[in-house]
Amino acid sequence: MIEVVPSEGGVVPAAVEVGLVVNGEARRLVVEPRVTLLDALRERLGLTGAKKGCDHGECGACTVLVDDRRIYSCTTLAVMQEGRRVTTVEGLGTPESPHPVQAAFVEHDGMQCGMCTPGQVVSAVALIAEGHAGSEDEIREWMSGNLCRCAAYPGIVAAVRAAAGGAS
Amino acid sequence: MTSVGTPVPRVDGLLKATGTARYTADIPFEDLTHAVLLQATIARGRIASIDASAAEAAPGVLLVLTHLNAPRLPRMRAFAKGGSAQQTVPALQDDRVRFAGETVAFVVAESQEQARYAAMLISVEYDEEPPAVGLHGDAYPPAKVNGQPPDYRRGDAERALADAAVTVERTYRTPVHHHNPIEPPVTIASWDDDGGLTVHEAAQGGVHMMRLGFAEALGIPRRKAGSIRVVSKFLGGGFGGKGFMWPRNILPAVAARLLGRPVKLELTRAQMYTSGGYRSETVQRLRLGADRDGRLGSIVHESTSTGSDMGEFPEPCAQITQMLYACPNVTGTHRLVRQNVGVPTFTRAPGEGPGSFALESALDELAGELSLDPLELRLRNYAETDPEHDRPWSSKGLRECYSEGAERFGWSARNPEPGSMRDGRWLVGYGMATAAYSSHTWPTFARVRIRADGTAVVRCATTDIGTGTYTVMAQVAADALGVRPGDVTFEAGDTRYPFAFPPVSSSGARSIGPAVRAAALAVRTRVARLAVKDRESPLFGADAATVRAIGGGRLARADDPERYDTFVDVLERAGLGHVEERKGYGVMPFLHSTASGIAPWPVGPLLRVATRPFAGRYSTYDFGAQFVEVRVDPDLGVVRVSRVVGVYDIGRVLNPRTARNQAVGGITWGIGMALMERTTTHPRLGKYTSPNLSGYLLPTNADVPDIDVHFLDRPDPLVNPLGVKGVGELPVVGVAAAIANAVHHATGKRVRSLPIGPAELLG
Ligand code: FES
Ligand code: FES
Repeated sequence: MIEVVPSEGGVVPAAVEVGLVVNGEARRLVVEPRVTLLDALRERLGLTGAKKGCDHGECGACTVLVDDRRIYSCTTLAVMQEGRRVTTVEGLGTPESPHPVQAAFVEHDGMQCGMCTPGQVVSAVALIAEGHAGSEDEIREWMSGNLCRCAAYPGIVAAVRAAAGGAS
Repeated sequence: MTSVGTPVPRVDGLLKATGTARYTADIPFEDLTHAVLLQATIARGRIASIDASAAEAAPGVLLVLTHLNAPRLPRMRAFAKGGSAQQTVPALQDDRVRFAGETVAFVVAESQEQARYAAMLISVEYDEEPPAVGLHGDAYPPAKVNGQPPDYRRGDAERALADAAVTVERTYRTPVHHHNPIEPPVTIASWDDDGGLTVHEAAQGGVHMMRLGFAEALGIPRRKAGSIRVVSKFLGGGFGGKGFMWPRNILPAVAARLLGRPVKLELTRAQMYTSGGYRSETVQRLRLGADRDGRLGSIVHESTSTGSDMGEFPEPCAQITQMLYACPNVTGTHRLVRQNVGVPTFTRAPGEGPGSFALESALDELAGELSLDPLELRLRNYAETDPEHDRPWSSKGLRECYSEGAERFGWSARNPEPGSMRDGRWLVGYGMATAAYSSHTWPTFARVRIRADGTAVVRCATTDIGTGTYTVMAQVAADALGVRPGDVTFEAGDTRYPFAFPPVSSSGARSIGPAVRAAALAVRTRVARLAVKDRESPLFGADAATVRAIGGGRLARADDPERYDTFVDVLERAGLGHVEERKGYGVMPFLHSTASGIAPWPVGPLLRVATRPFAGRYSTYDFGAQFVEVRVDPDLGVVRVSRVVGVYDIGRVLNPRTARNQAVGGITWGIGMALMERTTTHPRLGKYTSPNLSGYLLPTNADVPDIDVHFLDRPDPLVNPLGVKGVGELPVVGVAAAIANAVHHATGKRVRSLPIGPAELLG
């Protein structure tokens, strides 16, 4: 249930309470309705794995899973995701116990600066689950919502292929 | 046993892949405040009035700075003159607007959303003046181009052109490019109670250089610059756009001082287009003269790029023409045309990137005139020595790059007739170009510490911009010490560590590497000296200078490897927690080459004379050959790059895994430059019309084909003790020309203005 808190300024919208299940954990937070899911994760919940590259749905650095679907968390408001399951890159694995896709990105050097990497990893996990990792061309196409300015693309494709079990 | 040359995986790979690597924007801060920029919406004129009262009254707002109330800030010293800035004019100092996107207000609030909202409440009225837009105005020579005079002449190129049997005369154009790293620039400034300033920066600009820049901007005397700490641990891409001090770097520190709280400024993507430089558009006129056999007798390369009142960075396009081919008569000139668009700066492969597009396209046109294979034309003009400086190369494997590349690519299958090769309905074209880049050695210091447990830590104030410095430098130190790379930690990005120049101009490996190696060897020798004086050591009495590292942290006698001691045992017996040495590299040659530019008369000239013994006797360039296959849809004019082969001479390859990744990245930059990247400017308003990532197109995963990268991997014996040259920018060079040449081969259409799209091919 969303509770509306009155605002002081009048023009500035009120803060609201939002419930999210983030990386398996139920979280409640009070945010202004204009706060994006990305900012809620980064600034309010301390989950800085998802990155802000453009804030406009153009780069994919902020990709997270909502109910297992990949979305750009910068183009949705936190309040719109009430009650949903949000998985960020932190929820997939840790340096001590990485997700197979995370390990594959290191093994195949699918990164340079690493700024796009969390988004790429989250996208890759979803893409494999979607069944879109059948060939290199298919991976290239379905990973094209995540820009990498360092252009570690061949390594990314190799990592996804390996993690999907299609390593040649 | 050696680690250098092996494909060690990135040591920070798992941190990056799990989202645990902390980039500047990710660092948590107590009591943090958030800033946003408000930028001018006109390109030239005056601020008639600015009313910030509504913003100041908005919830959460702490401070609004405009030119009416901002503290006075000095003009900055230009980078070309030994300073740290490209744009020397500071923000918020007067009512003038010099370009669209210049900062007109700086708003600080408790939250990001509050600051952003408040900025929208500021009303600004302008007196507009018509801006200068485009390279149409009067051209003037810049003071310097990359430290060189704007004009270069050898022989008499005009005369030789008049006498040439065959000539090609063409004009090539490249648009404005933006660096567009995925990480927007971020600055977090905080002052402590003792007046010390800490700045967390997404900085490619070198933390030490930025420290001096902050001192200059904030009126802190140079000798007290030690009270400023600049930190930059992980950088989400730079490419030149996060180098140097810009007004945006300074304002958070100014505001934090006024507020007594930390201030964080994160640029929006749109603001990145006007707050950290760009690659200027260029117009390049190329004139080639050759004999009937294709031997070049004359080249004239005249380049024009954007000038500004606020600082100067001429895109050094003609410099590659001055050194690349054995041609007796060469003229290269650089001119500027003043525009109201801000100061340009270094962008990956500055000069050589757009310069090679013009030169290598023109050579392809000449090959066509002569009915000569484009590769053969290059071979006929192969420069055995550096024609510009008239001295030998330290190494040049370009001939092998050509032959290896042609072999891998299957160049001999090329039917020279344009439009003759097809695959189904696709027109197929082959193109090639030469790559060369003048990577640099910059002064760098490193400190290596061996700890009691036998592990080592290396410290150097460079920044890993994604190239793999953390990994590769651990390898270099490990080999010098005789330990495993996993036993070495490389720490960077902090002014508490020894000085390093910004990692620009492909300088990282060839500057940091030798410094790290020297410091590691020095500390190893120190341990050896302790051992040979220690009666309990198996090395007692040996000559410390001949003690060898035999791996596993062991030091052995030269004459008897069975008699060895270990770092752990030597330190334990000596009762030491650690031993440490610091070494520098590249200082004197740097002083020699830059003395006249950075030091005032008569210090500069005197310094130059004093450092003459360190003048280079060889020319060092990275070389390569690019081969490209394109497919062009004859009805839609769509161009797809279907194959690339790049063969490079970068000296010794320190880590083939990270080097290959950089090469692929560079080639992809070339693909972007050829086919999609362009910042458009409104011709009348002087504003960028696509300051985003949907109008400015970057190559996506689906745009990047099979890329075959091959390194000759031949150590350059003269450049430094590691034999390593540079890899970051070289692979960009020539790719756009190779693609344009391939498009011509596929279609018979020559496109001389980038990027190449359906409009150019169908028109
Ligand atoms: S930050 Fe969300 S798509 Fe770029
Ligand atoms: S690794 Fe740098 S943007 Fe992808």
